Amino acid sequence: MSVHLATAGSVGIVKPQTQHFDQPIELACGRTLENYDIVYETYGALNKSGSNAILICHALSGHHHAAGKHHPDDRKPGWWDEYIGPGKPIDSSQFFIVSLNNIGGCHGSTGPTTINPQTGKAWQHDFPILRCRDWVNTQRELMKALGIVQWAAVIGGSLGGMQAMRWALEYPDDLRHCIVIASALKLSAQNIAFNEIARQAIYADPNFHNGYYLDHGVTPKKGLGLARMVGHITYLSENGMKQKFGRNLKTGNFGIGTEEEVEFQVESYLRYQGNVFSDRFDANTYILMTKALDFFDLAREYNDDPVYAFSHAKCSFLVLSFTSDWRFAPARSREIVNALISAGRPVSYGEIEADFGHDAFLIHNDRYRHMLGAYIERIAGEIGQCA
Amino acid sequence: MRLDLQVIPKWIVAHSRVLDLGCGDGKLLQTLQHQKNVNGLGIEIDPDYINQCIANGVNVVEQDLNKGLKNFKDNSFDTVLMTHALQTLRYPHRVIDEMLRIGKQCVVTFPNFGHWRCRWYLGQHGRMPVSKFMPYNWYDTPNIHFCTVKDFEALCAQKHIKILDSTVIGHGSQQSLFEKRWPNLFGVTAVYHITK
Repeated sequence: MSVHLATAGSVGIVKPQTQHFDQPIELACGRTLENYDIVYETYGALNKSGSNAILICHALSGHHHAAGKHHPDDRKPGWWDEYIGPGKPIDSSQFFIVSLNNIGGCHGSTGPTTINPQTGKAWQHDFPILRCRDWVNTQRELMKALGIVQWAAVIGGSLGGMQAMRWALEYPDDLRHCIVIASALKLSAQNIAFNEIARQAIYADPNFHNGYYLDHGVTPKKGLGLARMVGHITYLSENGMKQKFGRNLKTGNFGIGTEEEVEFQVESYLRYQGNVFSDRFDANTYILMTKALDFFDLAREYNDDPVYAFSHAKCSFLVLSFTSDWRFAPARSREIVNALISAGRPVSYGEIEADFGHDAFLIHNDRYRHMLGAYIERIAGEIGQCA
Repeated sequence: MRLDLQVIPKWIVAHSRVLDLGCGDGKLLQTLQHQKNVNGLGIEIDPDYINQCIANGVNVVEQDLNKGLKNFKDNSFDTVLMTHALQTLRYPHRVIDEMLRIGKQCVVTFPNFGHWRCRWYLGQHGRMPVSKFMPYNWYDTPNIHFCTVKDFEALCAQKHIKILDSTVIGHGSQQSLFEKRWPNLFGVTAVYHITK
Protein backbone atom coordinates (compact mmCIF):
# COMPACT_ATOMS: atom_id res chain seq x y z
CA MET A 1 0.00 0.00 0.00
CA SER A 2 1.05 3.60 -0.42
CA VAL A 3 1.46 5.03 3.04
CA HIS A 4 2.07 8.57 1.81
CA LEU A 5 -1.39 8.69 0.27
CA ALA A 6 -3.11 7.74 3.48
CA THR A 7 -5.29 10.51 4.85
CA ALA A 8 -6.28 10.65 8.52
CA GLY A 9 -8.39 7.61 9.33
CA SER A 10 -8.02 6.02 5.93
CA VAL A 11 -5.50 3.47 4.75
CA GLY A 12 -5.45 5.43 1.48
CA ILE A 13 -5.02 3.82 -1.92
CA VAL A 14 -4.55 0.07 -1.74
CA LYS A 15 -3.61 -2.50 -4.34
CA PRO A 16 -4.86 -6.08 -4.20
CA GLN A 17 -2.21 -8.78 -4.49
CA THR A 18 -2.39 -12.40 -5.57
CA GLN A 19 -0.66 -15.31 -3.89
CA HIS A 20 -0.45 -18.52 -5.90
CA PHE A 21 -0.32 -21.88 -4.10
CA ASP A 22 1.00 -25.00 -5.86
CA GLN A 23 0.64 -27.36 -2.94
CA PRO A 24 -2.62 -29.34 -3.42
CA ILE A 25 -5.14 -28.90 -0.64
CA GLU A 26 -7.58 -31.56 0.44
CA LEU A 27 -11.05 -30.18 1.03
CA ALA A 28 -13.63 -31.21 3.61
CA CYS A 29 -15.82 -32.64 0.84
CA GLY A 30 -13.08 -35.14 -0.08
CA ARG A 31 -12.02 -33.45 -3.30
CA THR A 32 -8.63 -31.85 -3.81
CA LEU A 33 -7.72 -28.47 -5.26
CA GLU A 34 -4.44 -29.03 -7.11
CA ASN A 35 -3.52 -25.37 -6.97
CA TYR A 36 -5.26 -22.11 -6.18
CA ASP A 37 -4.89 -18.36 -5.99
CA ILE A 38 -5.81 -16.12 -3.09
CA VAL A 39 -6.34 -12.42 -3.69
CA TYR A 40 -5.69 -10.26 -0.64
CA GLU A 41 -4.95 -6.77 0.60
CA THR A 42 -2.83 -5.67 3.54
CA TYR A 43 -2.96 -2.49 5.58
CA GLY A 44 -0.16 -1.37 7.90
CA ALA A 45 3.23 -2.99 8.39
CA LEU A 46 4.29 -6.32 9.85
CA ASN A 47 6.65 -5.89 12.83
CA LYS A 48 10.00 -7.68 13.08
CA SER A 49 8.71 -10.46 15.31
CA GLY A 50 5.76 -11.09 12.99
CA SER A 51 3.37 -10.77 15.93
CA ASN A 52 1.17 -7.80 15.04
CA ALA A 53 -0.90 -9.34 12.26
CA ILE A 54 -4.69 -9.32 12.23
CA LEU A 55 -6.73 -11.50 9.90
CA ILE A 56 -10.07 -10.23 8.65
CA CYS A 57 -12.47 -13.02 7.63
CA HIS A 58 -15.24 -11.86 5.34
CA ALA A 59 -18.91 -12.75 5.42
CA LEU A 60 -21.30 -14.10 2.77
CA SER A 61 -20.87 -11.42 0.14
CA GLY A 62 -17.59 -9.91 1.28
CA HIS A 63 -14.16 -9.95 -0.32
CA HIS A 64 -10.58 -8.79 0.14
CA HIS A 65 -11.27 -5.09 -0.31
CA ALA A 66 -12.06 -4.18 3.31
CA ALA A 67 -10.50 -0.72 3.61
CA GLY A 68 -9.22 2.22 1.58
CA LYS A 69 -9.84 2.76 -2.10
CA HIS A 70 -8.38 1.25 -5.25
CA HIS A 71 -8.62 4.55 -7.13
CA PRO A 72 -8.94 8.05 -5.68
CA ASP A 73 -12.24 8.50 -7.52
CA ASP A 74 -13.81 5.24 -6.23
CA ARG A 75 -17.31 6.07 -5.05
CA LYS A 76 -17.01 3.95 -1.91
CA PRO A 77 -14.12 2.61 0.18
CA GLY A 78 -13.75 -1.05 1.23
CA TRP A 79 -16.62 -2.79 3.04
CA TRP A 80 -15.20 -2.36 6.56
CA ASP A 81 -13.52 1.01 6.13
CA GLU A 82 -15.59 2.31 9.04
CA TYR A 83 -13.54 0.15 11.41
CA ILE A 84 -10.17 -0.39 9.68
CA GLY A 85 -7.59 2.35 9.28
CA PRO A 86 -5.06 4.47 11.16
CA GLY A 87 -6.59 5.49 14.49
CA LYS A 88 -9.68 3.35 13.86
CA PRO A 89 -10.59 0.37 16.11
CA ILE A 90 -8.67 -2.05 13.87
CA ASP A 91 -5.71 0.27 13.77
CA SER A 92 -3.44 -0.03 10.73
CA SER A 93 -0.84 2.20 12.41
CA GLN A 94 -0.31 -0.52 15.04
CA PHE A 95 -1.23 -3.70 13.20
CA PHE A 96 -0.54 -5.48 9.95
CA ILE A 97 -4.04 -6.23 8.71
CA VAL A 98 -4.65 -8.98 6.18
CA SER A 99 -7.95 -9.18 4.31
CA LEU A 100 -8.50 -11.81 1.67
CA ASN A 101 -11.07 -13.13 -0.74
CA ASN A 102 -11.81 -16.70 0.30
CA ILE A 103 -11.51 -19.50 -2.24
CA GLY A 104 -14.89 -20.16 -3.79
CA GLY A 105 -15.35 -16.38 -3.96
CA CYS A 106 -15.80 -14.34 -7.10
CA HIS A 107 -13.39 -11.46 -6.63
CA GLY A 108 -10.21 -12.99 -7.98
CA SER A 109 -9.46 -15.94 -5.71
CA THR A 110 -9.93 -19.41 -7.18
CA GLY A 111 -13.65 -20.09 -7.40
CA PRO A 112 -16.55 -20.96 -9.69
CA THR A 113 -15.71 -18.18 -12.17
CA THR A 114 -11.99 -19.01 -12.50
CA ILE A 115 -10.54 -21.56 -14.89
CA ASN A 116 -10.35 -25.20 -13.87
CA PRO A 117 -6.87 -26.19 -15.14
CA GLN A 118 -8.10 -29.72 -15.85
CA THR A 119 -10.83 -28.65 -18.27
CA GLY A 120 -9.54 -25.27 -19.43
CA LYS A 121 -13.02 -23.88 -18.73
CA ALA A 122 -14.50 -22.00 -15.80
CA TRP A 123 -15.37 -24.29 -12.86
CA GLN A 124 -18.91 -22.97 -12.50
CA HIS A 125 -21.22 -25.38 -10.67
CA ASP A 126 -18.49 -28.05 -10.55
CA PHE A 127 -16.44 -26.04 -8.07
CA PRO A 128 -16.19 -28.11 -4.87
CA ILE A 129 -18.65 -27.32 -2.10
CA LEU A 130 -16.62 -25.75 0.69
CA ARG A 131 -16.79 -25.67 4.46
CA CYS A 132 -15.48 -23.02 6.85
CA ARG A 133 -12.51 -25.22 7.65
CA ASP A 134 -11.41 -25.15 4.00
CA TRP A 135 -11.21 -21.38 4.23
CA VAL A 136 -9.32 -21.56 7.51
CA ASN A 137 -6.86 -24.07 6.01
CA THR A 138 -6.21 -21.89 2.96
CA GLN A 139 -6.00 -18.75 5.10
CA ARG A 140 -3.29 -20.54 7.07
CA GLU A 141 -1.32 -21.16 3.88
CA LEU A 142 -1.50 -17.43 3.18
CA MET A 143 -0.37 -16.74 6.75
CA LYS A 144 2.74 -18.87 6.20
CA ALA A 145 3.42 -17.26 2.82
CA LEU A 146 3.30 -13.80 4.44
CA GLY A 147 5.74 -14.78 7.21
CA ILE A 148 3.23 -14.34 10.02
CA VAL A 149 4.18 -16.31 13.12
CA GLN A 150 0.94 -15.94 15.03
CA TRP A 151 -2.16 -13.81 14.47
CA ALA A 152 -2.55 -11.16 17.14
CA ALA A 153 -6.23 -11.58 16.33
CA VAL A 154 -8.55 -13.25 13.88
CA ILE A 155 -11.67 -11.13 13.40
CA GLY A 156 -14.89 -11.88 11.58
CA GLY A 157 -18.53 -10.86 11.46
CA SER A 158 -21.35 -13.29 10.65
CA LEU A 159 -19.91 -16.08 8.45
CA GLY A 160 -16.53 -14.46 9.14
CA GLY A 161 -17.07 -15.02 12.86
CA MET A 162 -17.60 -18.71 12.16
CA GLN A 163 -14.21 -18.82 10.44
CA ALA A 164 -12.61 -17.01 13.38
CA MET A 165 -14.04 -19.57 15.83
CA ARG A 166 -12.92 -22.44 13.58
CA TRP A 167 -9.40 -20.98 13.65
CA ALA A 168 -9.45 -21.08 17.46
CA LEU A 169 -10.25 -24.81 17.39
CA GLU A 170 -8.21 -25.96 14.39
CA TYR A 171 -5.03 -23.99 15.05
CA PRO A 172 -5.18 -23.01 18.72
CA ASP A 173 -1.53 -21.93 18.86
CA ASP A 174 -1.80 -19.67 15.83
CA LEU A 175 -3.93 -16.88 17.29
CA ARG A 176 -3.90 -14.86 20.51
CA HIS A 177 -7.39 -13.44 20.19
CA CYS A 178 -10.58 -14.39 18.41
CA ILE A 179 -13.11 -11.63 17.78
CA VAL A 180 -16.55 -12.94 16.85
CA ILE A 181 -19.12 -10.36 15.77
CA ALA A 182 -22.82 -11.04 15.11
CA SER A 183 -22.24 -14.74 14.61
CA ALA A 184 -23.49 -18.12 15.86
CA LEU A 185 -22.36 -21.63 16.78
CA LYS A 186 -24.62 -22.84 13.98
CA LEU A 187 -27.52 -21.55 11.92
CA SER A 188 -31.09 -21.97 13.07
CA ALA A 189 -33.74 -23.67 10.92
CA GLN A 190 -35.14 -20.22 10.13
CA ASN A 191 -31.75 -19.09 8.86
CA ILE A 192 -31.34 -22.16 6.66
CA ALA A 193 -34.86 -21.58 5.36
CA PHE A 194 -33.99 -18.05 4.21
CA ASN A 195 -30.86 -19.35 2.50
CA GLU A 196 -32.87 -22.02 0.72
CA ILE A 197 -35.31 -19.42 -0.62
CA ALA A 198 -32.32 -17.48 -1.94
CA ARG A 199 -30.95 -20.58 -3.67
CA GLN A 200 -34.33 -21.53 -5.11
CA ALA A 201 -34.65 -18.03 -6.56
CA ILE A 202 -31.37 -18.61 -8.39
CA TYR A 203 -32.27 -22.15 -9.53
CA ALA A 204 -35.60 -20.88 -10.88
CA ASP A 205 -33.96 -18.35 -13.19
CA PRO A 206 -34.13 -19.74 -16.76
CA ASN A 207 -30.59 -18.44 -17.26
CA PHE A 208 -29.24 -20.68 -14.49
CA HIS A 209 -28.65 -23.69 -16.81
CA ASN A 210 -27.95 -26.02 -13.89
CA GLY A 211 -25.14 -23.75 -12.80
CA TYR A 212 -23.30 -23.78 -16.14
CA TYR A 213 -24.61 -20.42 -17.30
CA LEU A 214 -21.19 -19.06 -18.27
CA ASP A 215 -21.06 -21.75 -20.99
CA HIS A 216 -24.20 -20.11 -22.40
CA GLY A 217 -22.81 -16.62 -22.11
CA VAL A 218 -25.49 -15.54 -19.61
CA THR A 219 -25.94 -15.08 -15.86
CA PRO A 220 -29.01 -15.76 -13.69
CA LYS A 221 -29.18 -12.08 -12.85
CA LYS A 222 -32.86 -12.01 -11.96
CA GLY A 223 -32.61 -14.99 -9.64
CA LEU A 224 -29.48 -13.71 -7.91
CA GLY A 225 -31.05 -10.26 -7.53
CA LEU A 226 -34.13 -11.81 -5.94
CA ALA A 227 -31.93 -13.92 -3.64
CA ARG A 228 -30.18 -10.76 -2.52
CA MET A 229 -33.47 -8.94 -1.94
CA VAL A 230 -34.65 -11.69 0.40
CA GLY A 231 -31.29 -11.75 2.15
CA HIS A 232 -31.20 -7.99 2.45
CA ILE A 233 -34.50 -7.86 4.34
CA THR A 234 -33.12 -10.30 6.88
CA TYR A 235 -30.02 -8.15 7.40
CA LEU A 236 -32.13 -5.12 8.35
CA SER A 237 -34.50 -4.70 11.26
CA GLU A 238 -38.14 -3.71 11.12
CA ASN A 239 -37.36 -0.51 12.98
CA GLY A 240 -34.34 0.23 10.78
CA MET A 241 -36.49 -0.10 7.64
CA LYS A 242 -39.16 2.06 9.23
CA GLN A 243 -36.58 4.77 9.92
CA LYS A 244 -35.01 4.55 6.50
CA PHE A 245 -38.09 4.18 4.29
CA GLY A 246 -41.26 4.32 6.29
CA ARG A 247 -44.15 4.20 3.83
CA ASN A 248 -42.59 6.90 1.69
CA LEU A 249 -43.36 6.76 -2.00
CA LYS A 250 -40.78 6.89 -4.74
CA THR A 251 -43.37 7.60 -7.42
CA GLY A 252 -47.15 8.05 -7.67
CA ASN A 253 -49.67 8.96 -5.01
CA PHE A 254 -52.87 7.68 -3.46
CA GLY A 255 -55.07 10.57 -4.58
CA ILE A 256 -58.57 9.54 -5.60
CA GLY A 257 -59.00 9.54 -9.30
CA THR A 258 -55.37 8.91 -10.25
CA GLU A 259 -54.14 5.78 -11.93
CA GLU A 260 -50.47 6.66 -11.67
CA GLU A 261 -48.42 3.66 -10.62
CA VAL A 262 -47.39 3.72 -6.99
CA GLU A 263 -43.94 2.62 -5.91
CA PHE A 264 -42.76 2.60 -2.31
CA GLN A 265 -39.21 3.71 -1.51
CA VAL A 266 -38.48 0.33 0.03
CA GLU A 267 -39.44 -1.48 -3.20
CA SER A 268 -37.19 0.70 -5.27
CA TYR A 269 -34.34 0.35 -2.76
CA LEU A 270 -34.54 -3.44 -2.64
CA ARG A 271 -34.67 -3.76 -6.43
CA TYR A 272 -31.69 -1.44 -6.72
CA GLN A 273 -29.74 -3.52 -4.17
CA GLY A 274 -30.64 -6.72 -6.00
CA ASN A 275 -29.59 -5.23 -9.32
CA VAL A 276 -26.26 -3.85 -8.16
CA PHE A 277 -25.45 -7.07 -6.37
CA SER A 278 -26.27 -9.36 -9.28
CA ASP A 279 -24.03 -7.28 -11.55
CA ARG A 280 -20.96 -7.86 -9.40
CA PHE A 281 -21.55 -11.21 -7.72
CA ASP A 282 -21.54 -14.75 -9.03
CA ALA A 283 -24.59 -16.97 -8.45
CA ASN A 284 -22.54 -20.16 -7.94
CA THR A 285 -20.46 -18.37 -5.30
CA TYR A 286 -23.68 -17.24 -3.62
CA ILE A 287 -24.93 -20.84 -3.53
CA LEU A 288 -21.57 -22.06 -2.22
CA MET A 289 -21.38 -19.40 0.50
CA THR A 290 -24.95 -19.97 1.72
CA LYS A 291 -24.29 -23.71 1.89
CA ALA A 292 -21.09 -23.16 3.87
CA LEU A 293 -23.20 -21.10 6.29
CA ASP A 294 -25.86 -23.81 6.53
CA PHE A 295 -23.34 -26.61 7.03
CA PHE A 296 -21.34 -24.85 9.72
CA ASP A 297 -21.74 -26.37 13.17
CA LEU A 298 -18.82 -25.54 15.42
CA ALA A 299 -19.35 -28.44 17.82
CA ARG A 300 -20.42 -31.17 15.36
CA GLU A 301 -17.20 -33.12 15.68
CA TYR A 302 -16.91 -32.37 19.40
CA ASN A 303 -19.86 -34.54 20.50
CA ASP A 304 -22.19 -31.62 19.69
CA ASP A 305 -20.86 -30.02 22.85
CA PRO A 306 -19.71 -26.39 22.36
CA VAL A 307 -18.06 -26.41 25.81
CA TYR A 308 -15.95 -29.42 24.85
CA ALA A 309 -15.23 -27.77 21.49
CA PHE A 310 -14.00 -24.54 23.08
CA SER A 311 -11.90 -26.46 25.61
CA HIS A 312 -9.54 -26.99 22.64
CA ALA A 313 -9.04 -23.25 22.16
CA LYS A 314 -6.13 -21.39 23.74
CA CYS A 315 -6.91 -17.81 22.74
CA SER A 316 -9.00 -15.11 24.38
CA PHE A 317 -12.34 -14.11 22.92
CA LEU A 318 -14.34 -10.99 22.33
CA VAL A 319 -17.94 -11.60 21.29
CA LEU A 320 -20.24 -8.80 20.12
CA SER A 321 -23.88 -8.80 19.08
CA PHE A 322 -26.46 -6.18 18.12
CA THR A 323 -29.84 -5.77 19.78
CA SER A 324 -31.91 -5.53 16.58
CA ASP A 325 -30.10 -8.34 14.74
CA TRP A 326 -32.64 -11.14 14.30
CA ARG A 327 -30.68 -13.08 11.67
CA PHE A 328 -27.82 -13.66 14.14
CA ALA A 329 -29.63 -12.64 17.30
CA PRO A 330 -27.88 -11.73 20.58
CA ALA A 331 -29.18 -15.04 21.97
CA ARG A 332 -26.95 -16.88 19.47
CA SER A 333 -23.93 -14.88 20.63
CA ARG A 334 -24.78 -15.60 24.25
CA GLU A 335 -24.64 -19.32 23.42
CA ILE A 336 -21.05 -18.76 22.27
CA VAL A 337 -20.25 -16.75 25.40
CA ASN A 338 -21.81 -19.27 27.79
CA ALA A 339 -19.92 -22.14 26.18
CA LEU A 340 -16.69 -20.16 26.50
CA ILE A 341 -17.35 -19.37 30.17
CA SER A 342 -18.09 -23.03 30.90
CA ALA A 343 -14.94 -24.01 29.03
CA GLY A 344 -12.98 -21.60 31.22
CA ARG A 345 -11.82 -19.49 28.28
CA PRO A 346 -11.21 -15.76 28.78
CA VAL A 347 -14.14 -13.95 27.16
CA SER A 348 -15.64 -10.50 26.98
CA TYR A 349 -19.08 -9.83 25.57
CA GLY A 350 -21.07 -6.78 24.63
CA GLU A 351 -24.62 -6.47 23.35
CA ILE A 352 -24.58 -3.30 21.31
CA GLU A 353 -27.74 -1.20 21.10
CA ALA A 354 -28.26 -0.72 17.36
CA ASP A 355 -31.16 -0.22 14.99
CA PHE A 356 -29.74 -1.65 11.81
CA GLY A 357 -30.16 -5.38 12.33
CA HIS A 358 -27.45 -7.75 11.19
CA ASP A 359 -25.91 -5.04 9.00
CA ALA A 360 -25.08 -3.09 12.19
CA PHE A 361 -21.71 -4.81 12.27
CA LEU A 362 -20.66 -2.77 9.23
CA ILE A 363 -22.16 0.56 10.28
CA HIS A 364 -20.90 3.36 12.49
CA ASN A 365 -21.93 2.97 16.11
CA ASP A 366 -20.16 4.75 18.98
CA ARG A 367 -20.43 1.98 21.53
CA TYR A 368 -19.35 -0.72 19.05
CA ARG A 369 -16.42 1.45 18.02
CA HIS A 370 -15.31 2.08 21.60
CA MET A 371 -15.62 -1.50 22.75
CA LEU A 372 -13.89 -3.03 19.75
CA GLY A 373 -11.26 -0.29 19.91
CA ALA A 374 -10.62 -0.80 23.64
CA TYR A 375 -10.20 -4.53 23.14
CA ILE A 376 -7.82 -4.18 20.21
CA GLU A 377 -5.86 -1.50 22.07
CA ARG A 378 -5.40 -4.07 24.82
CA ILE A 379 -4.04 -6.54 22.25
CA ALA A 380 -1.61 -3.86 21.06
CA GLY A 381 -0.42 -3.48 24.65
CA GLU A 382 0.09 -7.25 24.98
CA ILE A 383 2.12 -7.69 21.83
CA GLY A 384 4.07 -4.54 22.67
CA GLN A 385 5.15 -6.23 25.89
CA CYS A 386 6.15 -9.40 24.05
CA ALA A 387 8.06 -7.71 21.23
CA MET B 1 -9.54 2.91 46.01
CA ARG B 2 -12.72 1.91 47.80
CA LEU B 3 -11.92 0.62 51.25
CA ASP B 4 -13.82 -2.64 50.83
CA LEU B 5 -11.55 -3.47 47.92
CA GLN B 6 -8.62 -3.50 50.33
CA VAL B 7 -10.23 -6.05 52.60
CA ILE B 8 -11.29 -8.60 49.99
CA PRO B 9 -7.95 -9.78 48.50
CA LYS B 10 -6.94 -11.56 51.72
CA TRP B 11 -9.83 -14.01 51.24
CA ILE B 12 -8.91 -14.84 47.66
CA VAL B 13 -6.71 -17.84 46.88
CA ALA B 14 -3.94 -17.25 44.34
CA HIS B 15 -4.59 -18.59 40.80
CA SER B 16 -8.25 -19.26 41.63
CA ARG B 17 -11.25 -18.52 39.43
CA VAL B 18 -13.15 -15.42 40.45
CA LEU B 19 -16.50 -14.10 39.22
CA ASP B 20 -17.38 -10.50 40.06
CA LEU B 21 -21.08 -9.62 39.75
CA GLY B 22 -21.63 -5.97 38.97
CA CYS B 23 -17.89 -5.47 38.57
CA GLY B 24 -18.06 -1.77 37.64
CA ASP B 25 -14.84 -0.53 36.07
CA GLY B 26 -13.11 -3.80 36.97
CA LYS B 27 -10.66 -2.31 39.49
CA LEU B 28 -11.20 -5.09 42.03
CA LEU B 29 -10.61 -7.85 39.49
CA GLN B 30 -7.63 -5.96 38.12
CA THR B 31 -6.18 -5.79 41.65
CA LEU B 32 -6.84 -9.51 42.19
CA GLN B 33 -5.26 -10.33 38.82
CA HIS B 34 -2.13 -8.42 39.79
CA GLN B 35 -1.88 -9.49 43.42
CA LYS B 36 -3.21 -13.03 43.19
CA ASN B 37 -2.98 -14.01 39.54
CA VAL B 38 -6.63 -14.96 39.53
CA ASN B 39 -8.55 -15.98 36.43
CA GLY B 40 -11.22 -13.33 36.66
CA LEU B 41 -14.50 -12.61 34.94
CA GLY B 42 -16.71 -9.61 35.52
CA ILE B 43 -20.43 -9.25 34.89
CA GLU B 44 -21.61 -5.74 34.16
CA ILE B 45 -24.48 -4.01 32.41
CA ASP B 46 -23.22 -0.43 32.01
CA PRO B 47 -21.55 0.15 28.62
CA ASP B 48 -19.04 2.69 29.95
CA TYR B 49 -17.99 0.40 32.79
CA ILE B 50 -17.66 -2.46 30.29
CA ASN B 51 -15.25 -0.41 28.18
CA GLN B 52 -13.28 0.56 31.29
CA CYS B 53 -13.00 -3.11 32.28
CA ILE B 54 -11.60 -3.95 28.87
CA ALA B 55 -9.14 -1.05 29.09
CA ASN B 56 -8.16 -2.29 32.56
CA GLY B 57 -7.39 -5.74 31.16
CA VAL B 58 -10.40 -7.34 32.80
CA ASN B 59 -12.65 -9.76 30.94
CA VAL B 60 -16.24 -8.72 31.23
CA VAL B 61 -19.54 -10.12 30.02
CA GLU B 62 -22.60 -7.93 29.56
CA GLN B 63 -25.43 -9.49 31.52
CA ASP B 64 -28.31 -8.29 33.67
CA LEU B 65 -28.09 -9.83 37.15
CA ASN B 66 -31.84 -9.34 37.55
CA LYS B 67 -32.43 -11.80 34.70
CA GLY B 68 -30.71 -14.64 36.52
CA LEU B 69 -27.40 -16.46 36.36
CA LYS B 70 -28.60 -19.79 34.98
CA ASN B 71 -25.80 -19.74 32.38
CA PHE B 72 -23.26 -20.36 35.16
CA LYS B 73 -22.73 -23.92 36.31
CA ASP B 74 -22.72 -25.14 39.92
CA ASN B 75 -19.37 -24.66 41.68
CA SER B 76 -17.78 -23.37 38.50
CA PHE B 77 -15.96 -20.53 40.29
CA ASP B 78 -13.80 -20.59 43.42
CA THR B 79 -15.11 -17.23 44.58
CA VAL B 80 -18.09 -15.16 43.52
CA LEU B 81 -17.91 -11.51 44.53
CA MET B 82 -20.56 -8.85 44.61
CA THR B 83 -19.53 -5.45 45.86
CA HIS B 84 -22.10 -2.71 46.35
CA ALA B 85 -24.65 -4.26 44.02
CA LEU B 86 -26.86 -6.19 46.47
CA GLN B 87 -29.01 -3.15 47.25
CA THR B 88 -29.67 -2.49 43.55
CA LEU B 89 -31.13 -5.92 42.79
CA ARG B 90 -34.79 -6.74 42.33
CA TYR B 91 -34.48 -9.98 44.34
CA PRO B 92 -31.24 -9.81 46.35
CA HIS B 93 -31.92 -13.08 48.19
CA ARG B 94 -32.25 -15.02 44.95
CA VAL B 95 -28.98 -13.64 43.65
CA ILE B 96 -27.27 -14.66 46.91
CA ASP B 97 -28.64 -18.20 46.40
CA GLU B 98 -27.23 -18.18 42.88
CA MET B 99 -23.85 -16.90 44.08
CA LEU B 100 -23.61 -19.74 46.59
CA ARG B 101 -24.56 -22.23 43.89
CA ILE B 102 -21.93 -20.96 41.42
CA GLY B 103 -19.10 -20.25 43.85
CA LYS B 104 -17.45 -22.36 46.51
CA GLN B 105 -17.22 -19.18 48.58
CA CYS B 106 -18.69 -15.72 48.17
CA VAL B 107 -17.95 -12.18 49.22
CA VAL B 108 -20.78 -9.65 49.51
CA THR B 109 -20.44 -5.99 50.40
CA PHE B 110 -23.23 -3.48 50.86
CA PRO B 111 -23.82 -0.04 52.35
CA ASN B 112 -25.09 -0.43 55.90
CA PHE B 113 -28.39 1.38 56.26
CA GLY B 114 -28.16 0.86 60.03
CA HIS B 115 -25.35 3.42 60.29
CA TRP B 116 -26.06 6.05 62.92
CA ARG B 117 -26.10 8.86 60.33
CA CYS B 118 -28.96 7.17 58.44
CA ARG B 119 -30.84 6.65 61.66
CA TRP B 120 -30.16 10.20 62.76
CA TYR B 121 -31.16 11.67 59.36
CA LEU B 122 -34.41 9.74 59.29
CA GLY B 123 -35.10 10.51 62.95
CA GLN B 124 -34.22 14.18 62.71
CA HIS B 125 -35.65 15.05 59.28
CA GLY B 126 -38.25 12.35 58.91
CA ARG B 127 -37.03 11.88 55.36
CA MET B 128 -35.00 9.27 53.50
CA PRO B 129 -31.29 9.90 54.07
CA VAL B 130 -29.37 11.69 51.33
CA SER B 131 -25.64 11.99 51.81
CA LYS B 132 -22.37 12.08 49.89
CA PHE B 133 -22.29 8.32 50.31
CA MET B 134 -25.91 7.81 49.21
CA PRO B 135 -26.53 10.79 46.98
CA TYR B 136 -29.89 9.79 45.46
CA ASN B 137 -33.43 10.80 46.15
CA TRP B 138 -35.82 8.01 47.11
CA TYR B 139 -37.56 8.10 43.72
CA ASP B 140 -34.53 7.92 41.45
CA THR B 141 -32.16 5.80 43.47
CA PRO B 142 -30.76 2.60 41.95
CA ASN B 143 -30.58 1.34 45.54
CA ILE B 144 -33.98 -0.27 45.89
CA HIS B 145 -33.24 -2.82 48.64
CA PHE B 146 -31.32 -1.23 51.48
CA CYS B 147 -30.54 -3.42 54.46
CA THR B 148 -28.61 -3.25 57.70
CA VAL B 149 -25.88 -5.47 59.09
CA LYS B 150 -28.47 -7.14 61.30
CA ASP B 151 -30.87 -7.65 58.39
CA PHE B 152 -28.17 -9.37 56.35
CA GLU B 153 -27.18 -11.66 59.21
CA ALA B 154 -30.82 -12.56 59.78
CA LEU B 155 -31.09 -13.56 56.12
CA CYS B 156 -27.94 -15.67 56.42
CA ALA B 157 -29.36 -17.41 59.49
CA GLN B 158 -32.67 -18.03 57.77
CA LYS B 159 -30.93 -19.54 54.72
CA HIS B 160 -28.35 -21.46 56.78
CA ILE B 161 -25.56 -19.53 55.10
CA LYS B 162 -22.22 -19.83 56.92
CA ILE B 163 -20.47 -16.54 57.66
CA LEU B 164 -16.75 -17.31 57.43
CA ASP B 165 -15.68 -13.79 58.25
CA SER B 166 -17.12 -10.32 58.28
CA THR B 167 -16.07 -6.79 58.91
CA VAL B 168 -17.38 -3.28 58.59
CA ILE B 169 -15.58 -0.28 57.27
CA GLY B 170 -16.18 3.21 58.56
CA HIS B 171 -15.05 6.52 57.24
CA GLY B 172 -11.39 6.15 58.23
CA SER B 173 -8.71 4.02 56.68
CA GLN B 174 -8.39 1.97 59.90
CA GLN B 175 -11.23 0.16 61.59
CA SER B 176 -12.08 1.97 64.80
CA LEU B 177 -13.06 0.34 68.09
CA PHE B 178 -16.56 1.73 67.65
CA GLU B 179 -16.96 -0.05 64.32
CA LYS B 180 -15.67 -3.27 65.82
CA ARG B 181 -17.91 -3.08 68.86
CA TRP B 182 -21.06 -1.74 67.19
CA PRO B 183 -20.81 -2.60 63.49
CA ASN B 184 -24.48 -1.97 62.75
CA LEU B 185 -24.22 1.53 64.18
CA PHE B 186 -20.80 2.63 62.94
CA GLY B 187 -20.14 0.50 59.86
CA VAL B 188 -20.59 2.39 56.59
CA THR B 189 -19.86 -0.61 54.41
CA ALA B 190 -20.39 -4.21 55.48
CA VAL B 191 -18.19 -6.94 54.04
CA TYR B 192 -19.21 -10.60 54.37
CA HIS B 193 -17.28 -13.71 53.46
CA ILE B 194 -19.86 -16.49 53.17
CA THR B 195 -20.31 -20.06 52.03
CA LYS B 196 -23.11 -22.60 51.94
